[in-house]
Amino acid sequence: MTVTESVDAGTRRLTTAKAISEAIAQEMRVNPEVFVMGEDVGPYGGIFGSTGGLFEEFGSTRIIDTPISETGFIGAGIGAAVEGMRPVVELMFVDFFGVCFDQIYNHMAKIHYESGGNVKVPMVLMMAVGGGYSDAAQHSQCLWASFAHMPGMKVVAPSNPYDAKGLMISAIRDDSPVIFMFHKGVMGLPWMAKNPRSIGPVPEEEYTVPIGKAAIPHPGSDVTVVSVSMSVQHCLDVAEKLEGTTSVEVIDLRSIVPLDREAILTSVAKTGRLVIVDEDYKSFGLSGEVIATIADTDPSMLKAPVQRVCYPDVPVPYARVLEYEVLPTRDKIEAAIAAVLA
Amino acid sequence: MVDNDMRMDFYREMVRIRTYEAALQRDYHADKAPAWDIGAGLIPGEMHLSAGQEPVAVGLCANLVQGDAITGPHRPHHLALAKGVDMKAMTAEIFGRDTGLCHGKGGHMHLFDPGQHFSCSGIIAQGMPVAVGQAFAFHRRGTDNVAVAVAGEGAANQGAFHEALNLAAMWKLPVIFIIEDNDWAISVARDTATPVKDGSMRGSAYGMPHARVEGNDVEAIYDACRTAVDRARAGGGPTLLEIHTVRLWGHFEGDAQAYRGDELAAATENDPIPQYERRLVAAGLLDEEAIARIKAEAEAEVEEAIAFAKASPEPLPSDAYLHVFA
Ligand SMILES: Cc1ncc(C[n+]2csc(CCOP(=O)(O)OP(=O)(O)O)c2C)c(N)n1
Repeated sequence: MTVTESVDAGTRRLTTAKAISEAIAQEMRVNPEVFVMGEDVGPYGGIFGSTGGLFEEFGSTRIIDTPISETGFIGAGIGAAVEGMRPVVELMFVDFFGVCFDQIYNHMAKIHYESGGNVKVPMVLMMAVGGGYSDAAQHSQCLWASFAHMPGMKVVAPSNPYDAKGLMISAIRDDSPVIFMFHKGVMGLPWMAKNPRSIGPVPEEEYTVPIGKAAIPHPGSDVTVVSVSMSVQHCLDVAEKLEGTTSVEVIDLRSIVPLDREAILTSVAKTGRLVIVDEDYKSFGLSGEVIATIADTDPSMLKAPVQRVCYPDVPVPYARVLEYEVLPTRDKIEAAIAAVLA
Repeated sequence: MVDNDMRMDFYREMVRIRTYEAALQRDYHADKAPAWDIGAGLIPGEMHLSAGQEPVAVGLCANLVQGDAITGPHRPHHLALAKGVDMKAMTAEIFGRDTGLCHGKGGHMHLFDPGQHFSCSGIIAQGMPVAVGQAFAFHRRGTDNVAVAVAGEGAANQGAFHEALNLAAMWKLPVIFIIEDNDWAISVARDTATPVKDGSMRGSAYGMPHARVEGNDVEAIYDACRTAVDRARAGGGPTLLEIHTVRLWGHFEGDAQAYRGDELAAATENDPIPQYERRLVAAGLLDEEAIARIKAEAEAEVEEAIAFAKASPEPLPSDAYLHVFA
């Protein structure tokens, strides 16, 4: 089990977007093999700000705007990585993986294994995920389980600026391909409603957050709430609201692959009650995998049936009333906690 | 041949579309304050408006009938309106209402009107193969309907574009591929994304007739589309047209467009509607009074559609679970 590192985060506060671009910049300064490519990552700074300021510092030879040719440039990232470079490639929205998934899962993810460990693909593929602002069915999904399902890719999804910087540095240094998913809602964008947790203390110096280690940002003893990415912010809001009546332990997985099963088991062994909050589709996904972790080990540790607050198995609808019917929200999380304690 | 009645229709339809986009722009921004929030207001989400590209939609659709199909991109309103999609139902969709084309499920990038065989997709170039399939169905059934795939110049660097062209050419299907070249794919300038100066040349790779239309002139666009549509209806197979047009506003609403520099001012001066208006005035077809009347008619229609949308009920929350399967 890993409790949040006790690194002093200092008092400087950054948005998650700024934390990500700072991580990339710091790695680029020390390693000439690192470069960035994707659509609108140059002067625009990334549609969600993940590459803000990089073009001004590093110029067009290392911060490369691409045509809308995802198969082409993600494949090119793989090729450069195979030759030892460390590309950070942006797929603008995860929803667009449909046009380029062969490069991702048949090539990026499998080359190391297929080559018997002889060829490495040290590449970061970052992308925006998530909804809540009426961007509808093709621009609002999370889909981390779809990547996690296929072996060979590490998958991370930070919920706050501190973790975002540390995970990005870890991802760039990792010799395996890493899918880095930033939820638009955690980026701290000036043009989107945000939870104050999307802006937070971030040390100036370089540091890493280990891939595959969960954090426990809110320890507790009555119920374990497992979540990842944006939903963690909602879980923390609920956990703080319930302080004094219910002791909620929030686990922020931070990484989906590798999944920190130890952290889940240790917490549920203590609380006996489990709620999973996941903005990805419910069936065949992360929530089922978390439950399987308990079932595979010791189902008797559960004192009550598990509650899942997940995206039901419907595409993301446009109208706000429809979208909020199906999104994980604080109310639903609170109700699930009440139900698992009933 | 474009006659004077057609000229007046072209003008009226371009004014109608611009009036629509301007009204949406107004309402989109009206309730996003105090801190501009993309998810707030009566029209939430991304909004890609088509100002400047009206000549493409109008010149194209003047050649189409109801049974012909269009697959459009993320910037679809001009095409939908020119194709004959009901303005009220489309507006209600954009306002997320139950009376909308898609009961509030689709939103502005996912408008579906089976009656007009109109659809669009927010995934770049991915509507193009679908148009090939619609043309396949028309062809198999022995109709003379055609399908039109419309996408931006950025989309022509996507694999689906090339696969769709090859299939349509191989099967000699009644498809017209229209590339709206507005010089920009969000912030990525056309010339930094491809070394191909005349994108219509890509048609020759698939043995397909092709042309590039300069000038953003509705009449020249009409003529080029006429040739392509006639060819397709007569069994002559597909055509690729690249039409040079202009994006007058941001990629999406809220785009500050700092990347455009001086080019933006030049583009703004190239607004095709006042240009066409001046031409029709010089030809004696329009005068101040006629212009005012046409604009007032357009405004009345647009405001009625918006009022209809605003007065329409929202879907029920439980409707979110409907329509996953047929
Ligand atoms: C496959 C895919 N990649 C990227 C995007 C994000 N995106 C939306 S619009 C756009 C630019 C499109 O440019 P263009 O095709 O020229 O059309 P325009 O916006 O200029 O009308 C991009 C990159 C997307 N929707 N789908």
